[in-house]
Amino acid sequence: MKKNKLSMRGKEIAAGYMFLLPWLIGFFVFSLYPIIYSVMLSLNEVHITSTEGVTFTWKGVQYYYEALRVDTSFLTILGESVTFICFATPIILVFSLVIAILLNHEFLGRTFFRVLFFFPVIIMSGSVISELLGSYTLDFSQMSGVVYNFLNSLPGILQKPIFFALNNLVLILWFCGVQILLFLAALQKVGREVYEAAEVDGAGSWEKFWKITLPHIKSMILVNAVYTVMEIANYSNNEVLEKISSHMFEVTRPYSFSAAMSWIYFLVIAMILLVIFLLFGRKGKNDV
Amino acid sequence: MYNVDRIRKKGNVKNLAVRLANNKSQIASSLARYVILIGIGFVFLYPVLYMVVNSLKSVEDLVDPAIEWLPRSICFDNFSKAFVTLNFGTAFVNSLLASLIPAVLQSFSCAVTGYALARFSIPGKKLWMALMVAVFIIPSQIMLIPRYLMFNQYGMVNTLMPQFLPALFGQGLKSSVFILVYFNFFSTYPKSLDESAYLEGAGRLTVFFKVALPLAVPAHVVSFLFSFVWYWNETTQASLMFGSVIKTLPIKLGSFADSYKSLYAADVSFSSVNEAVSLAGTLLSILPLLIFYLILQKQFVESIEKSGITGE
Repeated sequence: MKKNKLSMRGKEIAAGYMFLLPWLIGFFVFSLYPIIYSVMLSLNEVHITSTEGVTFTWKGVQYYYEALRVDTSFLTILGESVTFICFATPIILVFSLVIAILLNHEFLGRTFFRVLFFFPVIIMSGSVISELLGSYTLDFSQMSGVVYNFLNSLPGILQKPIFFALNNLVLILWFCGVQILLFLAALQKVGREVYEAAEVDGAGSWEKFWKITLPHIKSMILVNAVYTVMEIANYSNNEVLEKISSHMFEVTRPYSFSAAMSWIYFLVIAMILLVIFLLFGRKGKNDV
Repeated sequence: MYNVDRIRKKGNVKNLAVRLANNKSQIASSLARYVILIGIGFVFLYPVLYMVVNSLKSVEDLVDPAIEWLPRSICFDNFSKAFVTLNFGTAFVNSLLASLIPAVLQSFSCAVTGYALARFSIPGKKLWMALMVAVFIIPSQIMLIPRYLMFNQYGMVNTLMPQFLPALFGQGLKSSVFILVYFNFFSTYPKSLDESAYLEGAGRLTVFFKVALPLAVPAHVVSFLFSFVWYWNETTQASLMFGSVIKTLPIKLGSFADSYKSLYAADVSFSSVNEAVSLAGTLLSILPLLIFYLILQKQFVESIEKSGITGE
């Protein structure tokens, strides 16, 4: 009997790994190997000869040094990219949440608005962004003097993000599509009776939002924040990625310099994600 | 009697007043909702509206600052020029091949992987899931060069294989997201369905193909639609791996100005690309996706909720 049970367990494991096998092969061939190879590229000088193929000469952290200290534009571009992520992510989260809350009621035209707000996700490719959003967005510098002067009079800490948001408004809004739907799905899971119970106890809309809605969707905020950061970090018009691509086939240092810059970029993104996890992550329940 | 009646009347009046006030605040709040939604919606759509209007303008209308939203005459000439410049027919077929097939392959491989992780208690599951999430977090840029060198070695550069193979093995564009979708889906549907099939003597593969896969329609919808759109819009990897030979619509759009110049260089009046033509090109390049979305908008918008992507 015991033996039978054991072999059942063995069979289950075998069957499980049989289903997992394609992914495992893919992971080792198309992900893990390229990742390790990329580390090697960033630490070695690459020679490509017709007789020996690709050969390496150890260079240590030289290319990292060149990226951070010698190259004139990498740090600036990296800084701009990080600033964009740090400003845009909270704005995108707040915007998506506001729109999701507005859409989380039955009203005429709800479907229409849902379809409308999701629409950018469909057409957002790098070339469309540069064709459309580069030059043809609303221009807020022609805003009426009163509003402009008011914004200008704000202290710098407030002023910077506001101007940033206005200047990139459409791009930021266009990044919201998936997040709105995710928030909407999370909001619909909050039972009506919880709100009704709170209303009986005399809670206003404001209290209901902070005490009921927000705690319920906290895990979704984490998911959306991570998704947003990855979305911005990887979209093809991102200047850091363009910079990395432009050095890829450089004659004097093929692949290596690009690889070093990608790893620096990855470390920065990983740090941003770490901060997000510290802010919104639940302790102990990190299942996925 | 009289007193009671009066009190009741008073109460009614009061109720009515409260109801009226409630109604008023409801109307006000729904009005506010519409104003905000329409306002945001306008900003959302502004570039698109601008594109549609300006792509229909003739050169004279384009330079006339008095004409902003309503062109004097509708000029379809821009579209025929953009159509030729994009090499629309070929580019459309290329785009279709480079996104439809990977989307199908990716959905299938992610379904298999999600099923493996959700339905079998296998040792090392946590490790594999952690690695899967890690792959999502590592920028594709890091793997781009090694993958390019690898495909180059096997003579697969300038074919669609670099798009197909990773998708087939669950390492395609944002595969981790879709594996999680399937994982969530297969974790929540009742195990008894599988068990009754096993009792009838079905094998593991039969159960997967005959029971699990047909049940997972909501997950298939999410996975296929999003894979398709993301593959369609992907240009970084596509242009490096096969972009010089197999040109998709977004890649053609990226080099629109250059192709236009080389096509119409002989004709002096067309020597540089004008805004209307390039906007017509943009519109043409997103048109297939636009139609696709208009037909399947319900599936797109509702699929996220139905797939249980949000977890419990």
